[in-house]
Amino acid sequence: MRYLPLTKDDRAAMLAKIGARNIDAVFRDVPQSAVVSRSAFDLPDTQGELEVERTLSRMAARNVAAGSVPFFCGAGSYRHHVPAAVDHLIQRSEFLTSYTPYQPEIAQGTLQYLFEFQTQVALLTGMEVANASLYDGSTATAEAVLMAQRVTKRYKAVLSGGLHPHYAESVETVANLSGEVVRAPVIPGHEEDLIKLIDEKTACVVVQSPDVFGLIRNLKPIADAAHAKGALLIAVVTEVVSLGLLEPPGHRGADIVAAEGQGLGVGLNFGGPYVGLFATREKFIRQMPGRLSGETVDAAGKRGFVLTLSTREQHIRREKATSNICTNSGLCCLAFTIHLSLLGEEGLTRLARLNHARACALANRLSKISHVELLTPAFFNEFTLKLPKPASPVVDVLAEKGILAGVPASRLWPHDHNLRDLLIIAVTETCSEEDCDAFAKALAEVL
Amino acid sequence: MSEIRYTDQHEWVRIDGDEATVGITKYAADQLGDVVYVELPEPGRSLGQGGEAAVVESVKAASEVYAPIGGEVTDANSAIAADPAKVNADPEGDAWFFKVKIADKGELGKLMTAGQYADFLKGL
Amino acid sequence: MTLNSRGRPTAPGTIEPNELPTISGDRGLDHEEPLIFELGREGVCGVDIPEVQLSEERLGGLRRRAPIGLPGLSEPEVVRHYVRLSRMNYAIDAGLYPLGSCTMKHNPRLNEKMARLPGFGDVHPLQPQQTVQGALQLISELMRWLTMLTGMPAIAMSPKAGAHGELCGLLTIRAAIEARGEKRRRILVPSSAHGTNPATAAMAGFVVDEVLATEDGHVDADALEAKLGPDVCAIMLTNPNTCGLFEPRIKEMADAVHEVGGYFYCDGANFNAIAGRVRPGDLGIDAMHINLHKTFSTPHGGGGPGAGPVVLSERLAPFAPLPLLMQDGNEFRLIEDRSALPKDAKPFGRMCAFHGQMGMFVRALTYMLSHGADGVRQASEDAVLSANYILTSLKDVMSAPYGDGPCMHEALFDDSFLEGTGIATLDFAKAMIDEGYHPMTMYFPLVVHGAMLIEPTESESKESLDRFIHVLRELTKDAKAGNRTRFEGAPRLAPRRRLDETLAARKPVLRWKRKELPQAAE
Repeated sequence: MRYLPLTKDDRAAMLAKIGARNIDAVFRDVPQSAVVSRSAFDLPDTQGELEVERTLSRMAARNVAAGSVPFFCGAGSYRHHVPAAVDHLIQRSEFLTSYTPYQPEIAQGTLQYLFEFQTQVALLTGMEVANASLYDGSTATAEAVLMAQRVTKRYKAVLSGGLHPHYAESVETVANLSGEVVRAPVIPGHEEDLIKLIDEKTACVVVQSPDVFGLIRNLKPIADAAHAKGALLIAVVTEVVSLGLLEPPGHRGADIVAAEGQGLGVGLNFGGPYVGLFATREKFIRQMPGRLSGETVDAAGKRGFVLTLSTREQHIRREKATSNICTNSGLCCLAFTIHLSLLGEEGLTRLARLNHARACALANRLSKISHVELLTPAFFNEFTLKLPKPASPVVDVLAEKGILAGVPASRLWPHDHNLRDLLIIAVTETCSEEDCDAFAKALAEVL
Repeated sequence: MSEIRYTDQHEWVRIDGDEATVGITKYAADQLGDVVYVELPEPGRSLGQGGEAAVVESVKAASEVYAPIGGEVTDANSAIAADPAKVNADPEGDAWFFKVKIADKGELGKLMTAGQYADFLKGL
Repeated sequence: MTLNSRGRPTAPGTIEPNELPTISGDRGLDHEEPLIFELGREGVCGVDIPEVQLSEERLGGLRRRAPIGLPGLSEPEVVRHYVRLSRMNYAIDAGLYPLGSCTMKHNPRLNEKMARLPGFGDVHPLQPQQTVQGALQLISELMRWLTMLTGMPAIAMSPKAGAHGELCGLLTIRAAIEARGEKRRRILVPSSAHGTNPATAAMAGFVVDEVLATEDGHVDADALEAKLGPDVCAIMLTNPNTCGLFEPRIKEMADAVHEVGGYFYCDGANFNAIAGRVRPGDLGIDAMHINLHKTFSTPHGGGGPGAGPVVLSERLAPFAPLPLLMQDGNEFRLIEDRSALPKDAKPFGRMCAFHGQMGMFVRALTYMLSHGADGVRQASEDAVLSANYILTSLKDVMSAPYGDGPCMHEALFDDSFLEGTGIATLDFAKAMIDEGYHPMTMYFPLVVHGAMLIEPTESESKESLDRFIHVLRELTKDAKAGNRTRFEGAPRLAPRRRLDETLAARKPVLRWKRKELPQAAE
């Protein structure tokens, strides 16, 4: 087996040193009745790289890669061009094959990029502090709700109907245990009346902007109403590139921002791994979940970084920790940070503008098809169309024609007949004019 | 003349009339290492004997401080919240945590004298 | 107040740099590197993106007004910055990484290559299912391997890391108990457990009841059984445990908790010691997460991402969270909501958006296919053999509290061999850095004083192990001879000397701020 360096002779010599007759003697604490033989597993034997690569490549070939077709899917996961330098750098051994930076003297590389990541997330979201990542946007949102419960000592969470339903369900999974989750109705293309749902028991209101239909939400009035009742506003962002063009939630009254960072550096990956961004106000840092990299000095007076405020975390605080999280999204943070460093202020702004321009152009074009209605008056790079017939079969037919036309709302709400004609379409810089042409023509034909 | 008593959880309490001043012992402060954060009870809060009253943290440890004696909190030492290093510098003096108005002096009977606490430490 | 044994010096004091300073501040291959925000300038960009003028704007009047504050850098500057940062890190590719409980084994590069195939890396989670049949097939194949290796009938794939898997497992148990109309809340967790265990239990709404360890490093099975009762929902044990020992009475404890109507959650962080040899399903386990980044070698990446699928017993299977993966002949189908559940399925909810850590699934399956069932078993055996070789070779000079018998995949030492030397576990570990090694896990598990937990994994050659043993033996000799200079103030040869963690915690600085412009926007 190519990954195992010990030879037969080595093993014999090591057993002799230990004073064990054979390997079974080393495993003597394991009850014999619990040991199984090779034949217990209906699984193949060792294979060389060539064979393994062949098997996996066959499976991969059964999938339609987004880059091989005109591609318009979003709804929480966005396809952006990732510069080649990003993947090269994150594959450097010192990043890829290191552990959590528990020994800061020999982990400054990781600690410094985490500090840079925290700063970038704080700048993008317009917040004061950010952590060193959570798993993804949905779990970051769930953690945000738990944190709001700790801060306010109240237990009701109000979720906007425009919150991605997978996010809403992830919140319910943890927040229902200790409190109450109220979900506002789903009204595509409109702002539902969240304010009337906020009362003295409300810990937080959770609003996604742009929402799952692509609609840009005005957070300020909701923030004001929440604050007036002593509740927090949690702003959710699933398309991080939108922050290049939109007012950051921190400037619209958000107390916590939970976001999906996948759009920068990470790629689609069929849904994971992604990277959860989590930012808040300085006064709440001791209630934050997740790791934090902090600046300090070493014994020789040089600047350096360490994991800090660890008493919030499970390995010290155990059952009183702010979260159980240990492993986070380290390497995805790095990809995010490198991509954003390459873009810089100018690159991100241009990228965001390009996305918006492409989306506006396609929205204009598609909404001219007869009986097709654009439901989202304000959007960034994603919008929702109402088709004259159910969207899911339309998407399937277009897929057969080699176009991935977006996400039918019925994929997210299969039981809601009011939503079955809706198609959620994302347009990024990766959608060429030819792609948009092909999509518009094919859609008109199918309808 | 004030008297001082100790708990087996390494809190000390100084009794002056019906007022008790509470802190953590030098032994506890040394065990914790450099204290970096202190969370104190709000004045007016009512504490039961043995109830969680404050939190003290070093870099690698977080501990609850329990009330050695029950009563209403009358004061908290904001100086140690502002500068937690004081807890290491003078744990049994300036770095007291909070004061309570003693509800029941009978509870003092459960606590150790200085001599008993010194013996208790030797046994650890 | 409650006390634990973790109080140790976290402010290093100051030392005089003893080397001749260079003009640049760099030293040969060791470069000092500023923060990215201290580099760059306006008007430079590392990506060429066309400038478009927006002919229309549909942003609802919510266009960003203030600049973000990001620096501008060209590609070569960004590449150099991150390459220089990388050189300040230790890595398993560069040397033995004996972090107990963390399993730093070799990360095969084939895994990386496979995860980057466009058919896996460039597919969207909500594409029509007929366009992702190969991705679903891969998940199904991984499920087959994991259920087969663990001897468990069902599996939930979506948890994103070990702790997330723990939460998934405990919520499954909670749902099963509630489905019986009961409301049990007490969970028994040993004092030697990973911190995630009690933290997860609290998050799932359970009350943690701690079970102490026996003097030989096992869970006290008698004490555990004495605590069992009709209000106990589960026991939560790690096996092999965090002292590196197999729990010999595990089956008995499983039977006992089943007897009172509770469930057995196993923390599978140490599955790498027994994979291919012992099936957790045969031990009476009801739920166990598998850290794909440990046992199946998806890279740790400086702290993540991981993946934590949870295998489930027959009794818990119906309560597994969404999504579910079904197979009809050659066709795979994801069930993502409650409207089309198969018979008997009663999912407790959803752990996260989409379907799990696909990128990690590809890497783990690549690892498994490469090893085969025989290779998986051999890897476990080699890991255990190597740990025992270290234990045997060091226990005469270091102190091994449970060193009488064999260990599993990690060897545990305490600090009693340092008694009277004035050298603490921390100093000993930091001296290893100067010798070119990453230190072992220190001060965990909590049940041992000044713990040092060494996990060599199966990836080291005998020559590498011998060299490591030699260095540690020489270090212990120095320590006992009173030669403290090697330890005090170590490391001397790392990119940084000891860092002031006290300062970092007392005055937290968690982000860079422009000095002359103190963030007017906030």
